[in-house]
Amino acid sequence: MKSAVLVFPGINRERDMARALKLVSGHDAAMVWHGDTELPKGTDLVVVPGGFSYGDYLRCGAIAARAPVMDAVRKFAGDGGLVLGVCNGFQILCESGLLPGVLMRNARLKFICRDVHLRVERADSPFTRGYKAGQVIKVPVAHGEGNYEADEETVKRLEGDGRVLYRYCSPEGEVGESSNINGAAASIAGIVNERGNVLGMMPHPENHVEPIMGSTDGRGLFEGLVAHLKKAA
Amino acid sequence: MKARVTVTLKNGILDPQGKAIEGALKSLGVGGIASVRQGKVFDIELDGAADKAKAEAALKDAADKLLANTVIENYRVEVLG
Repeated sequence: MKSAVLVFPGINRERDMARALKLVSGHDAAMVWHGDTELPKGTDLVVVPGGFSYGDYLRCGAIAARAPVMDAVRKFAGDGGLVLGVCNGFQILCESGLLPGVLMRNARLKFICRDVHLRVERADSPFTRGYKAGQVIKVPVAHGEGNYEADEETVKRLEGDGRVLYRYCSPEGEVGESSNINGAAASIAGIVNERGNVLGMMPHPENHVEPIMGSTDGRGLFEGLVAHLKKAA
Repeated sequence: MKARVTVTLKNGILDPQGKAIEGALKSLGVGGIASVRQGKVFDIELDGAADKAKAEAALKDAADKLLANTVIENYRVEVLG
């Protein structure tokens, strides 16, 4: 799996992401600067990592979404290429129009930095095939603006089309107000675009990939991508 | 030429920051506050000749492309002259 990790000024999770990608896929990820207008040839997966691109000025992800490299990402996604956006990356994908909706300030206004439980809603997507449908995984979040919102129509469509892949839940896998850490519509933690090749999620699977991190629950996402690309090849 | 673009949240969009400000005003004892919604103001200096229609078009372009996220926000453009 040849991955490209985008680097914007103010991004700070790109190395964790590159490390996780290397660990699981065995290949070094290419680091791609925001001013570049092309992705490396043969890229299988583009990752928009977390952090605080452009200091979160204006709106989270708003300025990064208009960077030159995003035109290349839009074209890549349009051709069916896999794109993963985590945390600030999810915000950037929403701002760039690759995903619907928006990430608003957390409902209780606090920055949340801790492990959370996610329910994997389906296992037939490239981004979830490393898990079982209904499986509960534990991965960290670290965000102040992770409250996913979209108009009612859009949320209905996301639900109807099965495009919600990850949802905040209790350790037992129950979805409800008490486990909805940031107030997101329908407890949404991660969604895909209509074609299913672009995933945005607030939690950080790349930070739970080795036993020393306390959990390896995040590995499944990357292993699933590797398996998907192997099958496609 | 000076201009101002005001960006506000659409009706029905939850505004936790506005709610917090509202709460703070109430706890300060500021009377008569029913509710608060917060937004952004951009004061923009425009180059070139004073063509109001052109200026408005440029500001709308700026708001659509960057200043506002029209999924959740409305904007208003004013050319102040």
